[in-house]
Amino acid sequence: MITRKEVQHIAKLARLGITKKEEEKFAKELSSILGYIEKLKEADTSKVEPTSWSVKAENVMRDDEARSKKSEVRRKILELVPETKAGYLKVKSILK
Amino acid sequence: MPQSMELPDLTITQINQGLKRKEFSAIELCKAYLGRIKEKDREISAFLTVNTEKALSRAKKIDNLISTGKEIPILAGIPCAIKDNILVQDLKCTAGSKILENYIAPEDAAVIKKLKAQDVVILGKTNLDEFAMGSSTENSAFGVTRNPHDLTRVPGGSSGGSAAAVAANECVYALGSDTGGSIRLPASFCGVVGLKPTYGAVSRYGLIAFASSLDQIGPLTKTVQDCKIVFEAISGKDEMDSTSVKIPEIRNSKFEIRNLRIGLPKEYFVKGIDPEVEKAIRKASKKYEEMGAKIEEVSLPHTEYALPAYYIISPSEASANLARYDGIKYGYSQISNLKPQTSDLLGVYLKSREQGFGSEVRRRIMLGTYALSAGYYEAYYKRAQKVRTLVREDFEKVFEKVDALLTPVAPFTAFKIGEKIEDPLSMYLVDVYTVSINLAGLPALSLPCSKAGHLPVGLQIIGKPFEETKILEIGQALEQYESQPHF
Repeated sequence: MITRKEVQHIAKLARLGITKKEEEKFAKELSSILGYIEKLKEADTSKVEPTSWSVKAENVMRDDEARSKKSEVRRKILELVPETKAGYLKVKSILK
Repeated sequence: MPQSMELPDLTITQINQGLKRKEFSAIELCKAYLGRIKEKDREISAFLTVNTEKALSRAKKIDNLISTGKEIPILAGIPCAIKDNILVQDLKCTAGSKILENYIAPEDAAVIKKLKAQDVVILGKTNLDEFAMGSSTENSAFGVTRNPHDLTRVPGGSSGGSAAAVAANECVYALGSDTGGSIRLPASFCGVVGLKPTYGAVSRYGLIAFASSLDQIGPLTKTVQDCKIVFEAISGKDEMDSTSVKIPEIRNSKFEIRNLRIGLPKEYFVKGIDPEVEKAIRKASKKYEEMGAKIEEVSLPHTEYALPAYYIISPSEASANLARYDGIKYGYSQISNLKPQTSDLLGVYLKSREQGFGSEVRRRIMLGTYALSAGYYEAYYKRAQKVRTLVREDFEKVFEKVDALLTPVAPFTAFKIGEKIEDPLSMYLVDVYTVSINLAGLPALSLPCSKAGHLPVGLQIIGKPFEETKILEIGQALEQYESQPHF
């Protein structure tokens, strides 16, 4: 069972604002989904290595240099930013 | 062109010939499809954006090219639709989410670059479950898409807009993406062909990420032949996606159906399956037997663990991938709000994400964050990854004995709009026959094989890694067999 307190903790980790009403809803829904997922514990995984990629991933190397975008693409990317200043992304204050 | 056929009924090969023989122009073709969208999409709602002007100007360019007598590529002038989580430069790309409602793609996805190099005509962008999370297309922030075979039913998801657009002849083919069945399921529900390629066969660059170790882009088409053409056009190694690979040459790729060994995994025919669906799949396997293939029952013993493993792995990866929507770089933001509800950075994150994400996406972010959090990582995420190994090994073992597997795509046909949306777990169970394939990274084709009442039933043909050509040919054999009379 997932408690409301756990829901608050997870939402904080996820940087996700939730309402009081949703705390209840998530507690119920996550408990039900995780209840189903409990099934995983029946599988014998004692001698099994984890798989993170289904195909054999090879390390792909390239020179460590910035790949400049065309100025056109750069302009388009900056146009998508909610708040900019002198070509930089602007954020709200972190410290009071 | 056969006399009885209208332009929107045609396949890629038929259109390519028609254009070359000047039976119709690319402009006429493009207008016929735009007209079709105008007529049909009011009730189906497959499209989120219709790209009228650019589509027409591209078509004009192709007509000029044809008039100079130049050879045109197979996909030139063919009107297509693109799932709205794949970037097409200068068009909106919303991923079905309010958080990307006004996002204009600054560049093309790798697959779109490849299609544009062939001068395709992009008619528009299609609806999907928000961030491709869902099995019905009901999770879109911009309304539900309806199944062209029955408007009271879902088209399947998450590539429901793409599948419905192909089924309603609103485009010749479409691109979708498949993380746990999102191409195959809507293909099955809408009665079209859909291919989930081997992981790494198609570049994911420019696909809005959901679960990066599972996502693949693939085609939805009217015929297997068309599916093959589009797959060949979009596949291949791309330096912008380090997990994409050059498709290895398969030795002894020539085969005959009568020499094939085909497996029916017994775990896919258990309780919960609609008897009509089971009947349709068994009938299809009987046809392969009549063509001379050897059919045998096989076992994939860890099948029942695939779905719970998927619903840990995919939300975990999603919770990390979706961290980028923070109200700072792009997308919906509290900063842009006229009356900001916050004055500090943390508040921007919390509020932007609270108001920008829909309920299913929020649920999966919560689930994934939980599974990855301190104290639960070993019990959930790591265990799920170990189960993933078991699922993959099941397939490896079975493919030592058989060349391909036949299964249903879903346990039932298209369900009613609203039937499952209130119960998240019942919606997750729709993916029971499709997620294993993504966990193992295999290619799988969804092929319409029959109807249950008025609703299409899809047959899933699963192959070995990079044997797309083989499963496509197996699918084509069934198409051809069914088009001939049998006594």
